[in-house]
Amino acid sequence: MSDTVMNRGRKWFEALAGNDGSVPGNPGSLLLSGGKLGDEEVVFVGLVPDPKSRFPRAGRSEVGVDEGWFGTRALRQVIEADKDKKVKRPIITVCDTKSQAYGRREELCGIHVAAAAIIAAYADARTAGHPVIALIVGRCVSGAFLAMAGQANRLIAFNDPEVLIHAMYKDAAARITRRSVEELDRLGQEIVPMAYDIGSFAKLGGLHALLDVAHPDEPASATAAQVQSALIEAIADSRAKPATLDVRLESDGAKTYRKASLLVRQKMAEQWNAV
Amino acid sequence: MMNIPPLSKDVLALSMRRSYVELNARARAKELLDPGTFREILGPFDRVMSPWLPMQGIVPQSDDGCVVAKGTIDSQPAVVIAMEGKFQGGSIGEVCGMKMAEAFRLARIDNEKGIPTRAVLSLESGGVRLQEANMGELVIAEIYSEMVALRKHTPLIVVIAGPTGCFGGMSLAAGLASYVVMTQQARLSMNGPEVIEQEAGAAEFPSGDKPFVWSVNGGAQRAATGFADLLVEDDAAEIAKAVRSLFSKGHPAKLRTDKYELFIKRLSAMDWSRQWTSEDIRKVWKEVAE
Repeated sequence: MSDTVMNRGRKWFEALAGNDGSVPGNPGSLLLSGGKLGDEEVVFVGLVPDPKSRFPRAGRSEVGVDEGWFGTRALRQVIEADKDKKVKRPIITVCDTKSQAYGRREELCGIHVAAAAIIAAYADARTAGHPVIALIVGRCVSGAFLAMAGQANRLIAFNDPEVLIHAMYKDAAARITRRSVEELDRLGQEIVPMAYDIGSFAKLGGLHALLDVAHPDEPASATAAQVQSALIEAIADSRAKPATLDVRLESDGAKTYRKASLLVRQKMAEQWNAV
Repeated sequence: MMNIPPLSKDVLALSMRRSYVELNARARAKELLDPGTFREILGPFDRVMSPWLPMQGIVPQSDDGCVVAKGTIDSQPAVVIAMEGKFQGGSIGEVCGMKMAEAFRLARIDNEKGIPTRAVLSLESGGVRLQEANMGELVIAEIYSEMVALRKHTPLIVVIAGPTGCFGGMSLAAGLASYVVMTQQARLSMNGPEVIEQEAGAAEFPSGDKPFVWSVNGGAQRAATGFADLLVEDDAAEIAKAVRSLFSKGHPAKLRTDKYELFIKRLSAMDWSRQWTSEDIRKVWKEVAE
């Protein structure tokens, strides 16, 4: 269902941006548009299925080589355009993105650098003062999470069973760790970072907000307004705090589930300058 | 009387060589730092281990497969982070990932304070540790964030020697590096060959065909196509020397991740009517040069 061209990600991009995000010269999978949130000019980014993708192994909403390089170019242009502005435009990425692309062409021409490039562009946008918000309305798995969402000041996800943030799809993870899908489900109940539901992901402290949106497959004016106000709040919160990813580690969730991370941070700081 | 011929120069050189690939992560970090300057941060005796592996009946390791050491490189303050491929396939879990992110963060803070600290990352990694799945995703995002911040201050050098190779999330870390050093034995790829074959079929990516796999992601191909900056022998001294030569060059004229115009141009010069070979990439990359 999410593989169809008119998927949830595209619908929400269009509902928020007010247009289809196509830009001549960009791959059809990469949506880009200026838009408004409240009174403010913002930039919307989306990544959607494109059956006409020139990479046969991309096109079902994967982050591939074209998405990485053209997305990087688009973000670098936004950073450059706002370079001398006091208030930088927020960048909102609508994520319903299957994974990275798996193919021979991808590896040959260096998908690892194309993906790194868009990550660097998002990180540089954030540290330059652009509030970077990832709105996760569907799947955002593995390399797709790292490339499109990981560097955001704030992550917002729909609280919905089709929303998935994970390192790997369940069937593949079961195969590689030589476990059954049932066993993975059982482990996920005990071991929160292994769970597949978005509520468990939220427990780890990475999310800024989990939104209960009625009929997430069909954006309506009321739900679009609800999402817009959540984005506006996240933008303001981003601007009020340092442009690092530290909010994730300072969250209540991290205090419960990332005790080891916090211990590493504390002990390394103690030892770093000791003689 | 037996007449024993003298050993050739090549054989003598080979006998003098010490393999880097065969060293563990701690020994690798020692090799990269100036002699006698190795000081481990959060070492095994601190016993900060994965809290998630024992819950699954897996024995944790007291350094979680990642060694962080401070010292000097050519007498400049430096931090070396070395992944241990033998522990859980060099996978990134919460503790080892956080050690990496913190090492980069603390080095960045030192640079901002006017202490010009260098950074080297020696990678052996299969990617995210699936037993800590989403914790790995979060911590890898934090690693990238710190790498992007640190590489503005100092060249950030990634070494990939083998035998594990560098895949998944850590291949993107190599993508972010200012410079990449590889051996012939090393492989650098976003997706593991078996995973691509599983997803796309054996015609797309025959993972059992080793010469094919190396022709795509091996050190020689990566160096020939500019994804690695130096191709070196598996020799600890030579690798340490390569790292020093790159630091002495300073920042690259342009980071790989800033070359979007170049890569977009190269892609448009590819033949899209058929499958590609490693030769096609070498040819087009040369034709559409920097």
